[in-house]
Amino acid sequence: MKTLTINGKNHNIEAHDDMPLLWAIRDIVGLTGTKYGCGVSQCGACSILIDGELAKSCSLPLSYGIGKNITTIEGKTTNLEILRKAWSTINVPQCGYCQSGQLIAASALLDNNPNPTDEDIDIAMSGNICRCGTYSRIKKAIHTAVKLKNK
Amino acid sequence: MEGIQNISRRNFVKVFGLASGGLIIGCQFSSEKEIVRIDDGTTFAPNLFIQLKKDGKLILICSRSEMGQGIRTSLGSAIADEMDADWKYVEIQQATGDKKFGNQNTDGSRSVRTILAPMRKMGAIAKQMLIAAAAKKWEISASECKTEMHYVINKNNNKKLFFGDLVEDAMKIEVPKDVTLKNKKDFNYIGKKLKSIDIKDFTHGGATFGIDARLPNMKFATIARCPSTFGSVKSFDKTKAMAVAGVEDVFEVERVKRPFGMLGGVAVIANNTWSAIQGRNNLEIEWDKGKNGAYDSKRYAQRLTNRIHTRAKVVPPTKGSVNKAFSNASQIVEATYQLPHLVHAPMEVPNALAWVHDGKCEVWAPVQSPQSARTEAAAYLGINEENVTINVTFLGGGFGRKSKPDFVVEAVALSKRMNAPVQVVWTREDDIQHSYYHTTNVQYLKASLDKNGLVTGWLHRTAFPTINSTFMPSANYAAGWEIGQGMNNNPFEIENVRYENAKAEPHVRIGWLRSVCAIFHSFGINSFIDELAAKAEKDPLQFKLDLIGKDRIRKEKSPHPLNTKRLKNVMKIAAKKANWGRELPKGHGLGIAFYYSFYSYVATVVEVSVINNKVKLHNVWTALDCGMYLNKDNVINQLEGSAVFGMSIALHGKITAKDGAIEQSNFHDYILTRMHEVPPIDITIVDNDEAPTGVGEPGVPPVAPAIVNAIYNATGKRYRTLPLSEHGIV
Repeated sequence: MKTLTINGKNHNIEAHDDMPLLWAIRDIVGLTGTKYGCGVSQCGACSILIDGELAKSCSLPLSYGIGKNITTIEGKTTNLEILRKAWSTINVPQCGYCQSGQLIAASALLDNNPNPTDEDIDIAMSGNICRCGTYSRIKKAIHTAVKLKNK
Repeated sequence: MEGIQNISRRNFVKVFGLASGGLIIGCQFSSEKEIVRIDDGTTFAPNLFIQLKKDGKLILICSRSEMGQGIRTSLGSAIADEMDADWKYVEIQQATGDKKFGNQNTDGSRSVRTILAPMRKMGAIAKQMLIAAAAKKWEISASECKTEMHYVINKNNNKKLFFGDLVEDAMKIEVPKDVTLKNKKDFNYIGKKLKSIDIKDFTHGGATFGIDARLPNMKFATIARCPSTFGSVKSFDKTKAMAVAGVEDVFEVERVKRPFGMLGGVAVIANNTWSAIQGRNNLEIEWDKGKNGAYDSKRYAQRLTNRIHTRAKVVPPTKGSVNKAFSNASQIVEATYQLPHLVHAPMEVPNALAWVHDGKCEVWAPVQSPQSARTEAAAYLGINEENVTINVTFLGGGFGRKSKPDFVVEAVALSKRMNAPVQVVWTREDDIQHSYYHTTNVQYLKASLDKNGLVTGWLHRTAFPTINSTFMPSANYAAGWEIGQGMNNNPFEIENVRYENAKAEPHVRIGWLRSVCAIFHSFGINSFIDELAAKAEKDPLQFKLDLIGKDRIRKEKSPHPLNTKRLKNVMKIAAKKANWGRELPKGHGLGIAFYYSFYSYVATVVEVSVINNKVKLHNVWTALDCGMYLNKDNVINQLEGSAVFGMSIALHGKITAKDGAIEQSNFHDYILTRMHEVPPIDITIVDNDEAPTGVGEPGVPPVAPAIVNAIYNATGKRYRTLPLSEHGIV
């Protein structure tokens, strides 16, 4: 039995130490907001925060997450909440599938850089693929979130 | 009114076998099945698409799949608008796959085009019945009533009745024979900016995609498929796979030889996805690579290129004599273009959860065509379709891949064998290596110019493995509709024309991908006329406008014949937005391309720079005329996405095969456009009252040729093959 702390809640689970956090979170804990996209840390759909740091859950073993605070898209952080509002204002999503990862990556960006430039956003978000192509809106929404925050 | 009719209760019961009474109306969807529904005593449900509850909650049924094109919001808003419903009471429910909903195939950019009018009628009927119920209550005539935001209002005294409070009375009202639709000026939602109804779920991880479907005691499965298409298992050793913790079973599954049947292979069943993947990695399989085992896409492209340079099968219409035009020419221009296979790579991989038990089958899956999924599941199990339920989840992108429910058949087969609910998940590698690929293509174009630089003759030859081969394995010439995606029906006024199609045998499963054959025909045509303009020493924009010629509506068998005025209009708009003709910084170039597809008109101008042999996109301007639109912001979002989709095609997209196997495997080698590559994208939507036409696909075809034309303008270098990454400039 192992304990994962996700969004402030402890989950006791049975799973192999090597199972990627992504599958532990989705299949064992049952939180399906974190998405599988590539399994090799290329697309960012599986992005989560581990002790506040951005991480690709598909490429980290379950053992790495034990004893740490994990935040998923089902969770809440100040910046995540503001970004959600901005996502809604700008009407960002198309299919919505990658947006969990996009939001988590954007929240990590704002946690580290409260006023990012376009270039900062490009760099920070380059690990997240959106096949629908909502990039312009994501960028705009991040700027909108900054404005909402500074209001 | 046309198409909507009363159906007697007796007939209804006979057809649908339901016993409860109430209102029954039908609506004829152009050449499709009748739509019938009945309300149940607690809910006012005047047709299949509307359920009004006593608390005012309005449940609207969406019959088309949501894959990012915003259809749930769009179709819901059309019904709600005609009903004068308050959007805050609206909830959208996804229809299961059932012929009673009419055609549910979510492809061909047709949802709004074909069912906007019926959906509006559905709403108008409900509204008229609610008014009739209120008028009866007030003992006044219907004409003395109006509706506003979920209320019927008595015009004489401004008294109001809430829609929810009219549910019981409305159920007693006869279905109107005739309804009046709103005028454009009275729309509350149609044509306006409406946020996605699913935005909250999308931003909280709450939307259930296929891969998120869960059932108690379900199993998770992967399948090892032969690297070459239609190869089979010779032998396999499951010892190591079975040793993986969580793996419960390993067995062979046979190919199902139907267009959407499964490929077959070796299945690994586990109690979680990871174990199923690990188990598969530990399988030892010897494959019989089959007849496609030697497929080499590079050699194949060369073969098609050779073939395209000799005379091929003539495709109508032929006009005049190209040979005569060529011999009288002042200049001859010829060029060969070649494009690779592509794959859809939706962010959500193919997957399906099925539960086969007690002679019935229930499926939860991200499918674009729930009815074909139902047909395939029923055919596999040998049961009636009535015993198969296809629950359509959200689709994490589709782009045509999820129209082909082979992955549903897999889940059904495994569930039957395991006697348990089984979810099949494709890994990204599976998705890239075992798809229904966008076809590879070679085109040869030859034209003659007279001394004034006018085009007098036009020969266009195309060769590509056909989508038909997926349905008829022997098919090796293009289907008429594939050629018709802009090749033998280009919008130009040229005196002598000939179209030809060369043979092309398939070596992988061929399928449709967003905008289909318009991708390569647009590339060939838009590149070539840019080359012609250069040879004629004319401004490319003016040359192309002249080539399209005078304003005319083409004589053709089509619900929306080509209108050259609308086509030229979008070109002029995009050019104006780009300030076409302005002086550009050194190393910069503008390129324009246009296309008429899915009955919509699109033009795109791209600004690039090529500095130190590296291309950079600076701006994209796109103008779209899709007739009347439902949700403007959503249309803009689709066109922005189309620009990015087109950039992926131009810059990176390629699927290649060697020894029968696809060489790419994941996003490190099947590269998609990322944020840092995307310049500002400016979208203009033309406002008019024309019939609604496609939105999801028509934005894609002009993008790649506009980029290539811009590069030519910047550098004088012409790229005739894609992706540009192969030329070392990305």
